[in-house]
Amino acid sequence: MTGWRHPTLGSEIDRTKPLRAKVDWEVIDGFQGDTLASALLASGPRTIARSFKYHRPRGVMGFGAEEPNALFDVTRNGTTTPNARATLVPLTDGLKARAVNAQPTAQKDRARWLDLLHRAIPAGFYYKTFIAGGWHLYEPRIRKMAGLGQLDPTTTPHADTPIRHARCDTLVIGGGVAGLMAARTALETGGTVWLIEQSRHLGGTLRWRGGEVDGQAWPDFVEDTRKAILASGGRILINTNAWGAFDHGLIAAYQRYVTDIHWQIRPLNTVLATGATERPLWPAGNDIPGVILAEAAHHYLMLYGAVVGRRILLATGSDASYATAAALAEAGADVTLADRRAKTPPAPEGVLLLKSQQLQSVQGRTEMFGATFNDTFLTADTLLMSGGWTPSVQLHCQSGGKLDWDADKDALVPRPGTGHMRVVGAANGTFGLAATLIEAGLPPQTGPDWHWETARPNPLIKGRVWIDFQNDVTLKDVTLAAREGFTSVEHLKRYTTLGMATDQGRTSNFAGLAAMSEATDRTIPETGTTTFRPPVQPIPFTVIAGRRRGDLFNPLKRLTLEGQHKSRGAQFREYGGWLRPSAYGDDERSSAQTEAKVARETVGIYDASPLGKLDVIGPGAAALLDFAFYTRLSTLKPGRARYALMLRENGIVFDDGVVMRVAEDHYVVSASSSHAEAVRFVLEDPRQDRFDPGRVAIHDVTQAWTTLTVTGPRAKALLDAAGLPVDCPAMGLTRSTWNDMPVRIARISLTGDISFEVSVPTSDGAALHAALEAARIKVGGHWIGLEAVMILRAEKGYIVVGKDTDGSTMPHDLGWGGPRLKRSDAYLGKQSLFTEAATALDRRQLIGLESAEVLATGAHLVPLDGPRRSLGFVTSSYMSPNLNRPIALAMVEAGHGSEVGIFHDGTVTRARVTPACAFDPKGERL
Amino acid sequence: MKRHSAFTLAQQALRGHKDWPQTWAKGTLKPKYDAVVIGGGGHGLATAYYLAKTHGITRVAVLEKGWIGGGNTGRNTTVIRSNYFYPESVALYDLALRLYEGLSRELNYNIMLSQRGMLIAAHTPAQMEICARIANAMQINGVDGRLMDAQEATRRVPLANQSADARYRLTGGIWQDRAGVARHDAVAWGYARAASALGVDIIENCEVIDIIVEAGCVTGVETTHGRVKTSALGLATAGATTGLTAPHGISLPIQTYALQAFVSEPVKPVLDTVLLYLGTGTYLSQSDKGELVIGGGLDRVPTHGKTGNLPMQEQIISGLLEMFPAFGQLKLLRQWAGVVDVVPDSSPILGPAGPKGLFLNCGWGTGGFKAIPAGGTLLAHMLATGGHHDISRPFDLTRFITGRLIDEAAGSGIAH
Amino acid sequence: MQLFPCPFCGLRAEAEFHFATTAGRARPEGAPDDVAWARYLYGEDAPKGLTTEIWLHTTCGEYFLLTRNSLTRLITGSEALR
Repeated sequence: MTGWRHPTLGSEIDRTKPLRAKVDWEVIDGFQGDTLASALLASGPRTIARSFKYHRPRGVMGFGAEEPNALFDVTRNGTTTPNARATLVPLTDGLKARAVNAQPTAQKDRARWLDLLHRAIPAGFYYKTFIAGGWHLYEPRIRKMAGLGQLDPTTTPHADTPIRHARCDTLVIGGGVAGLMAARTALETGGTVWLIEQSRHLGGTLRWRGGEVDGQAWPDFVEDTRKAILASGGRILINTNAWGAFDHGLIAAYQRYVTDIHWQIRPLNTVLATGATERPLWPAGNDIPGVILAEAAHHYLMLYGAVVGRRILLATGSDASYATAAALAEAGADVTLADRRAKTPPAPEGVLLLKSQQLQSVQGRTEMFGATFNDTFLTADTLLMSGGWTPSVQLHCQSGGKLDWDADKDALVPRPGTGHMRVVGAANGTFGLAATLIEAGLPPQTGPDWHWETARPNPLIKGRVWIDFQNDVTLKDVTLAAREGFTSVEHLKRYTTLGMATDQGRTSNFAGLAAMSEATDRTIPETGTTTFRPPVQPIPFTVIAGRRRGDLFNPLKRLTLEGQHKSRGAQFREYGGWLRPSAYGDDERSSAQTEAKVARETVGIYDASPLGKLDVIGPGAAALLDFAFYTRLSTLKPGRARYALMLRENGIVFDDGVVMRVAEDHYVVSASSSHAEAVRFVLEDPRQDRFDPGRVAIHDVTQAWTTLTVTGPRAKALLDAAGLPVDCPAMGLTRSTWNDMPVRIARISLTGDISFEVSVPTSDGAALHAALEAARIKVGGHWIGLEAVMILRAEKGYIVVGKDTDGSTMPHDLGWGGPRLKRSDAYLGKQSLFTEAATALDRRQLIGLESAEVLATGAHLVPLDGPRRSLGFVTSSYMSPNLNRPIALAMVEAGHGSEVGIFHDGTVTRARVTPACAFDPKGERL
Repeated sequence: MKRHSAFTLAQQALRGHKDWPQTWAKGTLKPKYDAVVIGGGGHGLATAYYLAKTHGITRVAVLEKGWIGGGNTGRNTTVIRSNYFYPESVALYDLALRLYEGLSRELNYNIMLSQRGMLIAAHTPAQMEICARIANAMQINGVDGRLMDAQEATRRVPLANQSADARYRLTGGIWQDRAGVARHDAVAWGYARAASALGVDIIENCEVIDIIVEAGCVTGVETTHGRVKTSALGLATAGATTGLTAPHGISLPIQTYALQAFVSEPVKPVLDTVLLYLGTGTYLSQSDKGELVIGGGLDRVPTHGKTGNLPMQEQIISGLLEMFPAFGQLKLLRQWAGVVDVVPDSSPILGPAGPKGLFLNCGWGTGGFKAIPAGGTLLAHMLATGGHHDISRPFDLTRFITGRLIDEAAGSGIAH
Repeated sequence: MQLFPCPFCGLRAEAEFHFATTAGRARPEGAPDDVAWARYLYGEDAPKGLTTEIWLHTTCGEYFLLTRNSLTRLITGSEALR
């Protein structure tokens, strides 16, 4: 245990509330307010993790999303989160954390021998080996070794993240001094200001570095600004990550709250103040536990009282580190500042300052014990690194912003005027409090300005230098990639996996870019930058998915009479997005057989409400329907109905149904239940584009009517018993009233028996159901489900579009060739019915099949002799209870014989080809 | 070209890996080539390789406007399969799969082909019927497909949602044993390395500005690196194809959409197959690194922009969690989009177009990666011989005039 | 999430809209030859950059002309068909 807890420092922790957690096998003590990382630094071991590839020992290095090492599977209240970053996990009592990628523990990891092989497994080694014998021989073992955390198969997080949409005038992302100043400026110009802050508190670096803003002590400045934002009607979202900038100015943000919230905010103006990430340094052995980012050490000291070491070396080239050194020394650590520069500020009190120090290597194995500068070894238990700053510009780039190379700052900074947002503060390359306040428009004040000399990886360093800590990419890997021609940044990334880890390359992207530009003798702008895509930080899948799960995932449409059907014993199934009765009774299959038989012998009633119903009204209705349908409809007499096919412009059958002409200028188009909306738009297209939309209107009234269909020889008797009017010829309709409610009865059959579709306004559906049920008890018969209806229509050879047809079926394939040959006027899809393919003689056609056994739907028809090939396939297949034999419909290539082979799952049986209609072929029952 | 093997790797380890040569030579543009391929993705590089290897034509240039493999080759979900319905499609995609099966050895570059099998999962009796139709078609066409029942499907995908309140429960599906995934970048690099070794010039950062046509024949291309002469020009440029053909009056039935893909943080193995869930439209596999690689449907809005959009992300990820509730523990690590060239029948366009000497390899939509070896073989054949290969003929552009579409989505009821 | 301006309903979420076709592809009347018909049916050509398209606002059922940049996704105009 090298780190220790300072007796008084720590603005975040509540020392009256001690907590205890278990990390691997060790007990870790901390306080309310600690993060898992701060508690580990104050009271845990140094080695708390293992690296991805070489299983090197690792310790905490950063303090936020940039942390590459400290990843754990964290279990809290029985719920496990894999790959949690210790720097972002609040410590809670009883929390259990397991180091990822280590067995049994990070300290005793059994796979640590892999590091000995490092010479043999450089970047991209797998492309060069595992070729002989095949990759499958090696892959399973490698897969087991890879991966970080362990998913807990028994944990199923709830789908309870709501999406909340919001608008504001100005959205400020980042609650540090730059963001707060931007909020203040925006408030002056009026409008609402929202502010997003990723931590629990506003203030950013002020919280550990302190300072004055515009003559105010920082806590007062923060508090005043906070109040002003709220007073303007704005909001402050803490614990919130803006994770993506999307089209048309949308900002997506994820707030960790009692339950998570997914914010989707559309501001008029967005200000980006997301700060910068400190860069590490690149001596040999820079990944040894005890090597930590300087700013992180400062942060842990002031916020948590967690002192990272006792004997501390701080390697820097920046004025910023002097305050860090001073704070650590004042807290009681033995601090040596090793500055790269010859010209430095004065040494802080109690700090030994060494100038012109080039850091070469860190010594240690599982814990560092010293470092070498200028060929001189210095003993220390901790090395702090400050290699410069990388502005956090992800959101700027996501919004389309470009970057410019700033040679002074050795950084890529936002190009003004690109992207949707204004970028301020360290994210804009404005480093230090003084410069930030000047950028925000305050007059220059006396205060420490940050001078710094940047650092870059030095290819001459001997030993192993880590560029990407999490994915174990070393400087040698980058030079190897350069040697092998992977010099584009994207190639470098993909070849070495640099920047592809869960820290998203926050501490490694710049170093990789710099090393590649050095290796290829190009500048950094010439070497290029990678593209930033959402998310800015890894974000839980539950946040993106929101509440769309179970019933809310593609919600089903429900029948008004669902309860009535249930009480009659209905089983339900989804048909084209509707939940409908499949059969009445426990055993669906046998019930369907009984129902289909009863419907032929006496009477069956089924709920046909989902059938699409479109009112087409106006003097232009007939002309529109003539164009939109393959079947002519202007010749239909009022009070009559006609079966019609609708094609798309490609000539393919899109829908079928019965069109009724209620009056001269009023049609009702029935569409397949899953197609109602689509059919409406097929009609709307020519209505708006080709005809005078003032002369015809289309109204989807599907939801307005409940339709119950009564079918069978006793259908008339049943309607009589219910007191419903029945004086209606086949393919005719009656509009009337019944018990003071409007009723429409159409004598249309989907079953081949006399059928009446009885429609009443939805509000009267229950009354209709009750009346038909009372009549059914008198007359006999059954409620029948969709499965029975499917059998009945298949007995008649009636098709279901999409089941018996596919995306190549044209009307003449179904035996409806008439209009194609006869119609001379224009209609949808006409021209496509005459292409080479449409006139080919080998097109598939609808037929029936007779066989000894019920055929499998989806079985293919094959020639009985000769080479095996598909002639077509079975589209519908049932046992017919009325014919007492299996029936089937199929699409088959023209020119088949009277018998065909039926291929299913490797075996071939035989079937006889019949007409599609197997029952009552002359239609005598209608 | 240095042979790759465990032995050379060990040898190089002792020398500090100092002797590895460039994987592919950085070519410089010559004034004239026997054939020029525009587009340095998998299809373009494979075309160059097969031109040199199969047809002995080595005066070939591959012109890439960015870095090789940077388009859809590097932006897909790496699935390889041939579970198609029509014989024409099966011939095409199974040629690709067969070539993939020998590719690591042929190229002496490990493309990490992992034939872990693929399940197209069904949820309703109607979907099972469609699955039967496809599985039977595959068997008739000589491909290893079969219908899988609910029990076996659940065994293959143990974490799939089988709870009573699941919106889509697994009722079985189609299984293809030889389907799997491969390392997508390695396919591009492997072809580039092998083509380069045979003398092909691979020119990166070289954008083609225009195709030069004289008297109805292609005579060359104008590039940012100057003018190049050739009489055989192959386009393997996916979503950028229409930008090159439209100025020459060649109308193509192509619309471009962004197709998004997602990667989770890595976890230890949780899924050992490639899975497409018909209920949610989400598909996924787990990479060797442990990341879940997730895809879904196209964005709604045609675009050439390579950014994804939120509504489709919500749909795809909620689909993922609906089928695997336990994956709610995981986080989204990366997300990206590729611009795909979508054709009305969802089958590629292979063949001549417009001026003599111009050949297309485009319209792969969401399914181009799995077809790379076949796309390369066929475009190379066309460039070398000036005419169709038997397998490419049905995919000619004229099918939109004759109406002989190869509509897999329509035939199978399953989009791809 | 893009926002599209319906000429009748104002700015609405992209999920409410359905892409119909690129504008200007007039339906050939009479008996067009197969090539002209195929061009009408399929000749989308995926314009890159500024493009005028026909979109359907499924909420109100109106088709309208939308002018936008297919690369940057900026919307530059929206008008009713007539």
